[in-house]
Amino acid sequence: MALLEAKHVTKRFGGLTAVSRMDFVLDEGRIVSIIGPNGAGKTTFFNSLTGIYRPEEGEIHFDGKALIGMRSDQIAARGIARTFQNIRLFGNMTVLENALVGMHTRLRQGMVQALSRSRAFREEEAEAKVQARKVMDFVGLAGVGDELARNLPYGLQRRVEVARALAAQPRLLLLDEPTAGMNPNETDEAVSLFRRVRDELGVTLLLIEHDMRVVMGISERITVMDYGEVIAEGLPAEIRKNPRVVEAYLGRGISEQAAA
Amino acid sequence: MKTPSRLSRSIHSLLLRLTQGPAAYAVAIVWLAIGVTLVYISPRSLIAFLIFLSSALLIYYLKLSNRAKLSLAILVTLVLLPVVGVRNIFYLEVAFQISVYAALALGLNIVVGFAGLLDLGYVAFYAVGAYLWAFFGSQQPSLLHAIPGTAPPGAYFLLPGNMFYLFVILGLAVGALTGIVLGLPVLRLRGDYLAIVTLGFGEVIRVLANNLDKPLNLTNGPQGITPIQRPTLPAPLLDAIRVVLDPLVGRRVTDAQFYNLFFYFAALVVVVIVITVARRLDDSKIGRAWTAIREDEVAAIAMGVPLVRMKLYAFAAGASFAGGMGVLFAASRTFVSPESFSFMQSIGVLSMVILGGIGSIPGVIVGAAVVIILNLQVLQGLSLFLSELRQSDAVIPIINFAWKDLSTQLDPAKYQRMLFGIILVVMMIYRPAGLIPAARRKSELMKEDSAELPDENGQVNDGTA
Repeated sequence: MALLEAKHVTKRFGGLTAVSRMDFVLDEGRIVSIIGPNGAGKTTFFNSLTGIYRPEEGEIHFDGKALIGMRSDQIAARGIARTFQNIRLFGNMTVLENALVGMHTRLRQGMVQALSRSRAFREEEAEAKVQARKVMDFVGLAGVGDELARNLPYGLQRRVEVARALAAQPRLLLLDEPTAGMNPNETDEAVSLFRRVRDELGVTLLLIEHDMRVVMGISERITVMDYGEVIAEGLPAEIRKNPRVVEAYLGRGISEQAAA
Repeated sequence: MKTPSRLSRSIHSLLLRLTQGPAAYAVAIVWLAIGVTLVYISPRSLIAFLIFLSSALLIYYLKLSNRAKLSLAILVTLVLLPVVGVRNIFYLEVAFQISVYAALALGLNIVVGFAGLLDLGYVAFYAVGAYLWAFFGSQQPSLLHAIPGTAPPGAYFLLPGNMFYLFVILGLAVGALTGIVLGLPVLRLRGDYLAIVTLGFGEVIRVLANNLDKPLNLTNGPQGITPIQRPTLPAPLLDAIRVVLDPLVGRRVTDAQFYNLFFYFAALVVVVIVITVARRLDDSKIGRAWTAIREDEVAAIAMGVPLVRMKLYAFAAGASFAGGMGVLFAASRTFVSPESFSFMQSIGVLSMVILGGIGSIPGVIVGAAVVIILNLQVLQGLSLFLSELRQSDAVIPIINFAWKDLSTQLDPAKYQRMLFGIILVVMMIYRPAGLIPAARRKSELMKEDSAELPDENGQVNDGTA
């Protein structure tokens, strides 16, 4: 069964239909990209998935449960984590604290335990810190745990966002333009990190991405959006050749490259 | 600035040497001894009292072991202050008010400092607590149908005074409950809107207190409720304490003074509880969620932080302390009236938080102390001084100005609010993170300075010493 299934999802802002009757299916364990020109509705779709927007029509099912009407935090607790197009870290918290906030839904402590400092509380806190450090090591943030997030260079901040999302132990990770603003070197590192996230942690990945090198290199399937609608879906090779996609998005230059 | 003079450098190194190692212990003890002696010898001297109080700050700043700091703090708050306080009961009142407002400011600090929710009606929760005990701890339940201001015969106290202890706990609970009831509809708002609604709520509570003398006389209206009972202090216990305390103080301690002592200690207990609760909450999943909400609500909720619930926690925690403190306040004054819970009170507590350092527990306490001392002591001391000058024949030499011509409008106590305004403006310009900034806020507001903290210097000195 599909991990994520969206049917006829429609999101309007006043007269503007940002996402129009969108159908989308994502199987568990895949790496899938959504591409499309600016304003195609990709991020709006992400925000609909994560409960930041509430779509006017349609259904979204995650692991067989309906998501529409749930709050963002409830959706996050069900196992969908995300990063943001413009980095949204907790800048004045340390990297470790950022990861610990990511673990919020996984920690069972409540107010009473926090006040009583019970043994269970202290053990859970210690264990959470171990877990958070593991995640930070995994994404390549070893040794910067006590730095404030906003003091890190851009590339590392992107990693902190991924670490924070992974700390929630999600089943599905949504990455909104994760390599935007990176140099080719950083981009390559990011791509190999995303592969490891899927291969080693078994997390399903859904990306919004503009960098065609990344998209073609990592995606197992690609969905193309334009004007709020899905205009194509398929394997990277198929998308590359699809005339509608070429016309709407890739442009002539790239289609020539693809042909060569 | 580039080349600090030799003098300033040698002063700097002297300061470093005095604030570290064994010298620091000597400095702390000597300063404390001077302060106590001065206050003991001249109980009316304002400067002596300020020197005494500043020793508390000194203990905080000096590099002493935590155990030494704690024992010195206990010595000051539990032994020295009560003794000098009984010699001049006004000091005990100052210490009591500092404790009360420190607890309030610490509670508000959870809401404003930790969770970043601007609450301009905080004093409403204080009022709820105060009126809770004012109603049940006075004759008011038997006066429900009486005309406000009249005291018909047959009025009686519903509950014994010792129920006070239970009501402090109840005050905490009722405060928290009020916080939740108010918070539920309000906490969906953000920033300025939240501030405006809480401001309105604060006024609603005050106006209710003012007008709930009809149809049922619950609050006795603008006249307020009095007398409110206090818990009874057992005479044998007092006599036992007198054996020790009387010789220290130098005269017999009266029962009224024991009440002052009692409420001072009670407020102190509440402060210690609030500090513990605030620190423990801050260092937990809840505290991290609060900081995350303050930093970025959207990112926080996307990470699974339930916004409304976490904000409610902050509101309830802050409100509960105000509620508990309100009960204590009502009992200590034996009188409450709507006047005590005006908007200016909310602003006052907020300015303590801002002055001391938003989010910083020691900062907020210092903020409360500074505001109270300014209010109760420095400004009134200045007023007194000026009025003495006015009655004298003194003349300012060069401009030939006779003090007795000084307008009575120029009374510093009347300029209280203006002075606070100026202090706050100056603080925001030169020290925006407060007197003792929270580590997080400091980094937020002082980007450039962080590169050249004196830490390294200190460590080098440590190594060579």
